[in-house]
Amino acid sequence: MARAVSTRRKSFNTAAAWSVAMLLFFPILWTILTSFKPEPQAVASPPVFLGFDWTWQNYIDVNQQRDYLRFFLNSVIIAVGSTLLGLVIAIPAAWSMAFVPGRRTKDLLMWMLSTKMMPAVGVLVPIYLIFKTLGLLDSRTGLVIVLTLMNLPIIVWMLYTYFKEIPGEILEAARMDGAGLKDEILYVLTPMAVPGIASTLLLNIILAWNEAFWTINLTVTDAAPLTKFITSFSSPQGLFYAKLSAASTMAIAPILILGWFSQKQLVRGLTFGAVK
Amino acid sequence: MGQITLKEVRKSFGEVDVIPGVDLRIEDGEFVVFVGPSGCGKSTLLRLIAGLEDTTSGRIEIDGQDATRLPPARRGLAMVFQSYALYPHMSVKKNIMFPLKMAGLDRDEAERRVANAARILNLTSYLDRRPGQLSGGQRQRVAIGRAIVREPAAFLFDEPLSNLEAALRVNMRQEISELHQNLQTTMIYVTHDQVEAMTMADKIVVLNAGRIEQVGSPLDLYRAPANTFVAGFIGSPKMNLITGPEAARHHAATIGVRPEHLEIVENGPWAGTVGLAEHLGSDTFLKVTVAGMEPLTIRVTGERQLRHGDRVTLAPQAGKIHRFDADGKAMA
Repeated sequence: MARAVSTRRKSFNTAAAWSVAMLLFFPILWTILTSFKPEPQAVASPPVFLGFDWTWQNYIDVNQQRDYLRFFLNSVIIAVGSTLLGLVIAIPAAWSMAFVPGRRTKDLLMWMLSTKMMPAVGVLVPIYLIFKTLGLLDSRTGLVIVLTLMNLPIIVWMLYTYFKEIPGEILEAARMDGAGLKDEILYVLTPMAVPGIASTLLLNIILAWNEAFWTINLTVTDAAPLTKFITSFSSPQGLFYAKLSAASTMAIAPILILGWFSQKQLVRGLTFGAVK
Repeated sequence: MGQITLKEVRKSFGEVDVIPGVDLRIEDGEFVVFVGPSGCGKSTLLRLIAGLEDTTSGRIEIDGQDATRLPPARRGLAMVFQSYALYPHMSVKKNIMFPLKMAGLDRDEAERRVANAARILNLTSYLDRRPGQLSGGQRQRVAIGRAIVREPAAFLFDEPLSNLEAALRVNMRQEISELHQNLQTTMIYVTHDQVEAMTMADKIVVLNAGRIEQVGSPLDLYRAPANTFVAGFIGSPKMNLITGPEAARHHAATIGVRPEHLEIVENGPWAGTVGLAEHLGSDTFLKVTVAGMEPLTIRVTGERQLRHGDRVTLAPQAGKIHRFDADGKAMA
């Protein structure tokens, strides 16, 4: 029997859900609004909510001062590149952990996760020095490598969880049918895990896109992605909140759009296996 | 060809010896059934032959060639799993074609073989469906189809019918037997169901705790079980095993009489009381309590109007008493 829920109760729940959603969304909304304000109104106290002089000037200024497209391209290359490289490494790793676990597999997984508990700044100096020696500073290759390493534990964990859901007998059947390891992963495991792999891919592109610590600290100009694009407007000449907001809006817009269109896949992927 | 020899094959998981050492020879074209209670190692033994588990020691030969260290893909065997293990993302046709694709067979020949397998297994009209859209019996047929297209040296079946409902199970049992008649390929079939073993096998291998208790044709095992374990496992209902003074009277530690070899007679040697009566129509199974003996099961044909509490006397048929020594071994 379906549980009877009164209309009043429903309206209350809806209102509560909207309030939480608005609370989470408000900073983003505020950034977007600020990006359309003239500079004085952006810092006005008390703040102006909607009744300001709407202007595109900040966007025009931002585009005149910086080459948005170059930052954007760097972001795409770094986010997509590090995620794809991560998947190539993580699929076989997760396969072995899920289907031929050794005695130390659980410990290994925990250890991988534990590396995420360390503050990134703790290894900034060694990594900076390594990058300097290897000539990887301010290079896309360097950033792809460092972001792959940063997100690899999460990619492996997510894939491991998805792979665990796949019955081992199906892979054994593939082996009996004459499939070598490569065929087994390519023709059987990967297609069956497509929903899981897709959501891992999306989530990691988002994480890599938003990653600010390494991208800001290891780049100057050549490999600078959109995170650097934003910070370059909190410049020594003083803070220009409206321009900073315009830059931020332009930086988050692509990932927001990607997230919007793939939300079904993301939700499905994140709850995969939760309900049989 | 599909002649398989196991020599001193041993398998341990850590400290536990699952298969303490098995020698077995399976002839080309034979239908061999591994039977035993759950946990007796029959599936492990099959997986060792398949190559899905590594042997701890010993040697596995397929057609005279050492296959002990060969990966499953290169042993030339096909397997049908209990869960069917179909590829859910492929159509029935692609499922059946998969081993041929892996073998690098050319497209026309592959298509021809798939069409042939589909015809034999009545799957022609389902070729474009996904496994999820099929019933249990159809899925099992697809799994068999996937096994037969590659024309393996031997088929391995791991409890293939246990997920099917009773009526379908009987049908599939006959279909697999017919398939064996037609293909004349070696088949190794694992089951815990002694009825499947009795009806399908050329040769039954009875396993208990990883050891082979007896190997023989179904009727050999029925007529002359080598020990009390086989005696109790083969035949339905189970053989009555009697110890104590009655066994001693026959100079044995244990004597066994099958339910169908006990008769209700006037003034028989064993007098008892009917406990439970199961009326199947064609047969009646009676549980009879006799003083100084284990409860006995009796099978009488047809309908017998006997009720709980009725007094009866029983006699075993002449020459149908099996005698076992103190170790449970059959005595001549």
